[in-house]
Amino acid sequence: VARRTASASLKAGRTPETRPATRSTLGLDRLIHERLRLGIVSALAVNEHLSFADLKALLQTTDGNLSVHARKLEEADYIACRKTVVAGASRSEYRLTAGGRRALEKYLAHMEAIIAATKAPS
Amino acid sequence: MNRPTLRSGTAPAAPAPSALHTQAARNLEFIRSAMERASEFTAVPGWGGIAMGSTALVAAALSGGARRSGWWLQLWLAEAVVASSLGAAAMVLKAMRSGTTLAALPARRFALAFLPAVVSGAVLTFALRGEPRLLPGCWLLLYGTAVASAGALSVRPVWLMGMLLMALGVVALVVAPAGGDAFMAAGFGGVQILFGAIIARKHGG
Repeated sequence: VARRTASASLKAGRTPETRPATRSTLGLDRLIHERLRLGIVSALAVNEHLSFADLKALLQTTDGNLSVHARKLEEADYIACRKTVVAGASRSEYRLTAGGRRALEKYLAHMEAIIAATKAPS
Repeated sequence: MNRPTLRSGTAPAAPAPSALHTQAARNLEFIRSAMERASEFTAVPGWGGIAMGSTALVAAALSGGARRSGWWLQLWLAEAVVASSLGAAAMVLKAMRSGTTLAALPARRFALAFLPAVVSGAVLTFALRGEPRLLPGCWLLLYGTAVASAGALSVRPVWLMGMLLMALGVVALVVAPAGGDAFMAAGFGGVQILFGAIIARKHGG
């Protein structure tokens, strides 16, 4: 399905710039397509959970930026956040939900389909 | 992202398939890289390394060139037990502090890479117990191998520390087997304290 979508979109000449919508270029999930959100989801895919500090260090971003993008992923139910208090300090721990993992898998399949579809003519 | 070029008098051109191909490949590379970085074992304890190095300096001072006696070997074996306990405790504390667990995959992979060379070191210690002048170089080389192997799965300074310990081990074995205690102090003491400080400062304690 992903390959068909990619091929059809290619024929239609759609790009992220020409088709502003929640589903972006080639039918990609725009929520996960953004770099920082893709980084968050990818990092959580190989860890049971990561703290806010871990994610911030891994993705080399600011508190504000990470908060904004993590919240968007939380709202979409792609990640879940658990707040705990350790030694008197509040701590946020994130994990990937089943929906988030499916979204990442779909995104990966889509990228591979695009590569396959653009290789085919040559 | 590569954008399609505009030609005068025509509609915007469709994106070249090669540009989409490149972008998709870059996205996959980004995901792979993010996953690899997130899989690194980051609970190597900097402060624990400093503590371990300090015990090695104390042992080197106490050994006082008594390598021919059985006491020398017992002293360093006791130091190894104390240092290992300190390192393990510091690792557990750092993992707890950073919200990770030593049962997670990165920690298990780290242990699997670290342990074979340590076990080899234990076997060689038994085999060479009658040749104590060879033990310092042997220990440094094998501990360095363990650290470098596991360091490939952790932050960069860990791998560098392993390589430096290996180099010291080679020098101790090949060039100056008589200077065992000095190499032990330099390697297990100085190198561990130096890299412990770097890890503590740059990689969260």
